[in-house]
This record gives sequence, C-alpha cells and structure tokens, in this order.
Amino acid sequence: MLEEETLKTGDFVEARRRLKEKSLAATEKLTTLAEAARLVEDGDHIAIGGCMFTRTPLALLMEILRQGQTDLTLSKNLMCYEGEWYMAAGRANTIITSWLGIGLPWGISRIMRENAEGGNPAVHYENLSHMALGLRYRAGAMGLPFLPTLTMLGSDLMSIAEAKTMTCPFTGETLCLVPALFPDVALIHVHRADRFGNCQVDGYPFMDADVAAASTRVLVTAEEIVSEDEIRRYPERTLIPGFMVDALVEAPYGSFPHEMHGLYRADYSHFDDYVDDIREKGTGAIGDYLDHYVFGVANHEEYMALFDGEKIVELVDEARMLVEIE
Amino acid sequence: MSIAYSNEELLAVTASREMVGVNTIFAGVGIPLLAALLAKQTHLPGLTIVVEGGSIGPEVLPGYLPISTNEMRISHRAQQLVGITDIFLLTQRGFLEVGFIGGAQIDRYGNVNTTVIGPYDKPKVRLPGSGGANDIASLCRELIIVTKHEPRRFVPKVDFVTSPGFLEGGSSRRDAGLIFGGVSRVITDLAIMGFDEASKAMQLEYLHPGVALEQVVENTGFDLLMPEEIPVTEPPTAEELEHLRRIDIDRRFL
Repeated sequence: MLEEETLKTGDFVEARRRLKEKSLAATEKLTTLAEAARLVEDGDHIAIGGCMFTRTPLALLMEILRQGQTDLTLSKNLMCYEGEWYMAAGRANTIITSWLGIGLPWGISRIMRENAEGGNPAVHYENLSHMALGLRYRAGAMGLPFLPTLTMLGSDLMSIAEAKTMTCPFTGETLCLVPALFPDVALIHVHRADRFGNCQVDGYPFMDADVAAASTRVLVTAEEIVSEDEIRRYPERTLIPGFMVDALVEAPYGSFPHEMHGLYRADYSHFDDYVDDIREKGTGAIGDYLDHYVFGVANHEEYMALFDGEKIVELVDEARMLVEIE
Repeated sequence: MSIAYSNEELLAVTASREMVGVNTIFAGVGIPLLAALLAKQTHLPGLTIVVEGGSIGPEVLPGYLPISTNEMRISHRAQQLVGITDIFLLTQRGFLEVGFIGGAQIDRYGNVNTTVIGPYDKPKVRLPGSGGANDIASLCRELIIVTKHEPRRFVPKVDFVTSPGFLEGGSSRRDAGLIFGGVSRVITDLAIMGFDEASKAMQLEYLHPGVALEQVVENTGFDLLMPEEIPVTEPPTAEELEHLRRIDIDRRFL
C-alpha cells in the first residue's frame, strides 16, 4: 500500500477511496499460504474472523508469525491465545477485543496480566463490549462513520473505549455511538470456497461477513475448494462474495486445534497443556510453544504432522455427531 | 433427609428456580448456562436459551457441555444460528426477558466488574474483560447475577463498572440512558439478594439452608438492607442434582 497512514477514526470517505485501489475482478484467487500472508504489511490492522476457539484462521496467523510482519494491531470479538502469541513474539502493539483468554476453566491470560499489571507500554489494549465491537465492524461494513446503540451506556467502558454519547434528535433519549472500524486486512477461515473466492460456512456466521466487508484486503483459507456449481447450488449459504476476496488458500484443518462446525471439535486437552506449561514455566512457555508449533515447522502440512492422528479422529467423530439430527 | 452438594451445585439449582415463567433467556457460560439448562429440563420445558455465539434454542447432549458460548457443542439442535452482532441486536430490540451472568466483583448497586482489580492504568489484577456481559446487563429486560459470596467480591463500589447494575442507585441507570432492565437478583452460595425499589441498594431476601445471617454479613463488604423476615431456601433435590450432574459430567464448572 502507498500512503500507509492510519485512518482517522470512522473515516468512511477515506475507507471507500481505498477500496478503489482493490481489484474487484472475478478472477481466480487461489494462491499459497505464504503468498497470501505476504499481503499483510508492517503496521497493519488485522481483523481476525471466527470467535474464541471456533473457526479461527490459525494457519494464516501462524504463517504471518513466520514471515515476521510487525507493529500490528489485532482485533477480534473474543480473543483466544493467538493474541498471546502476537504479544509474546513482539509483533502486536495494539489489541482490540472485548475479552482475552481461552475460556473460563483455563483462567486469566498470564501475559495480558503481566503486560497490564506491569504497565508494559509496548502493548495497548482497547476494551469494549462484544456488541460494541460487532457494531464497529458493522458500521465499517455499511460504509458509515458510526452506529448508535443502547449498550455500554453508564459503564466505565465508555471512558476507555472509543465511544461517545449523543442525544437522539428524534426521541431525546441518550444514545451511545461507536465509530466504524476499517481494518487493513481481514483473515477468515471457511468451510468451502470456489476458486473465485465465494465463501460458505456451516454453523455460526459470527461477525465474519462484516469483518470482510469492512476491511480493505480479505485473505481467506478454506477447508475445501469446491466447484462453482456447488456454491451456486446453495447461494444463500454464501457468506462472503468472491469480489471481496484478495487471496484464497486451500487449508484443510486450517483452524486446528480450534474447531470447525461439523468437521472437527476443538482439542481442549491441547489448551490444557498450553496453559499448564505457562503456569509452570511462566510466559516464556509461549515462546517455547511458538518455537515448536510455528517457527519449528516450514508450513501448515508440517504443523499438522505434529498432532496425533488418533486424537484427530476422535475430534472429527464428535464434530460429526454434534451436527447429526436423528 | 438432605443430600450432599457443592456450592456450585447449590448456585446452579437456586438460579434455575429463580426462572419462573421465563420464556427467553440470554445465558453466559459456566453456572448461568448450567442453571438455564437445568431449568429447561425441570420446570421450564418451553424455555428458549440464547447464547452469545449466535445460537438460539440449542440443546446440550449429556456429557458434551460447552466451555465457551461460541462452539459447536452449544449449537447442537439449535433452531437458528445468527451472527453475534445480530443476537445482541435482538436483545437490544427487547426480545430477551432474562440475562444471566457471573461476575468477579459486585457492589451494592449490582454493578459488576470483570475488567480490573485496582486502577485501570496500573491494575493489581487484570481480568479478561466484558465479553458480552455488558451487553446482556444493558439490554435484557432483567438481569440475574450468580457469584460466590466472598468479601473480596462483594465490595461497596466496584473498581470498574464493566456491566451496569443500578450504577449509583436511584434513577442513575435510567439517567445514563439505560431505559430498560436492571438487576433483579444476585444469587450466591450463601443467599439470594434483591434490590430496594427506590434506592436500588442491595437487600438480603433469602438465606440458604444452614447459613447463618452473620456469615452473610461477614462475607459482604458493605451493609445489606435487611428486611424483617428472611426466609430460607429449599435445598437442592435429588432430581435436580441428578439432572445437573448429567449435564456437567466432566465437572468443568460444578
């Protein structure tokens, strides 16, 4: 990108201008993971699709770590441990999220605690509510500078989040306004896409359609590349149209050990081990984890070879069972 | 004859009983979701449970309790899966009768803190954040909070209002623009609390079996309003406990 200037908050005019630099041609989008990740530049705001440990674009997130882009802003509705990785590796300086951690039974993120409690100026957290972040992406997706809402009013989140209040010109009631987010890059993992980047997911849509529409560039990994006919047979299932997509990569298990609806369940025991290691050895264990699973392998195929095949079969079986209706 | 039960089981059972005549509930993960599932299996078969990931009306297979409210285990047999922003917009529109969350720290006006213990810029403990808790507390028609009853949790004023209760009490919630909702109940392992109609200060309403009033007083970091009569709740029944233990077989939350 030329002019790597950060957008002013809610600058929908500039965000729209940036789209004009993007190709909207219905061409083949298929490429390699490495080529796709090269579209991420230092200083970018990366918006991450999925939610918590579901449909996380982990293959892309790992490849970006391998390539070394830095000074990144990461945003995600509920941030799982990918946020920890980017902090531990010194690649992210801003985290925008409503929540950071793996999940209740795994406790609070140790590295977030150390950064916040030690007053580490290297990482800035922007906290807001889950819905408020969703509306910020949606405002971006709508090409508007902000959206009004009734959430967050009266809470202390108003003082730390980018939000303002206004008096409704019609009713006189107080409204909370949240400004649009226009990320530089969206990372999305889907169940299937055709070679032109028309993407379908099964299960939860989360915020992915808004994240893709709000972002300047959209990078997609898909469990499976399917024919155009297969997409056109159920067009109502398409979440992201091909013209939004800049790069598409076939990545089976591209979210593993996070989960994919109907394909594989999240590997909780992997999370247990990850957290136990950090509890035992401190946050340095995150670096050890990355050395093993990310920097110690050349690509996603080598990464997947680190996992136990039998365990994967169990997780696949459970995922299939959970979507069956007898 | 009484049956042995854990504090978490007592919380979940008591909370499930508080849902009387409820049709739609927005449940957070952990004890709130367990209590909602228990209510559906016992006295509220028509209850529609809604969770943050965008799942409307899911069922949970015994032994497959979800750990997050955004995963496949809580979309099993769902009636609809919608986007996260959209599930909250339905709530903002007014379709969710009860919101149901936990909390790290709570104060006399039912404000909940899950952001920081200590000052925001240099916290003593950094907590995970709001997630959808602020939205649930702001937008549902009423809010039920479940938490352990400890002095470090029950403080006069929370260090940070993550999820609004009645803010400064009186009409302050309404004045801030939160026209709807508010906390109806705080359920703990010792007691059930409600709020005074006018001042919106927390008041003791029920004690759990075997709990002395002094225990509640000692574990609350502010003065609770005390009505003249404080009835005692019924202990969990064998049937309730059986249902509950079947839902959380791995005891991730119980």
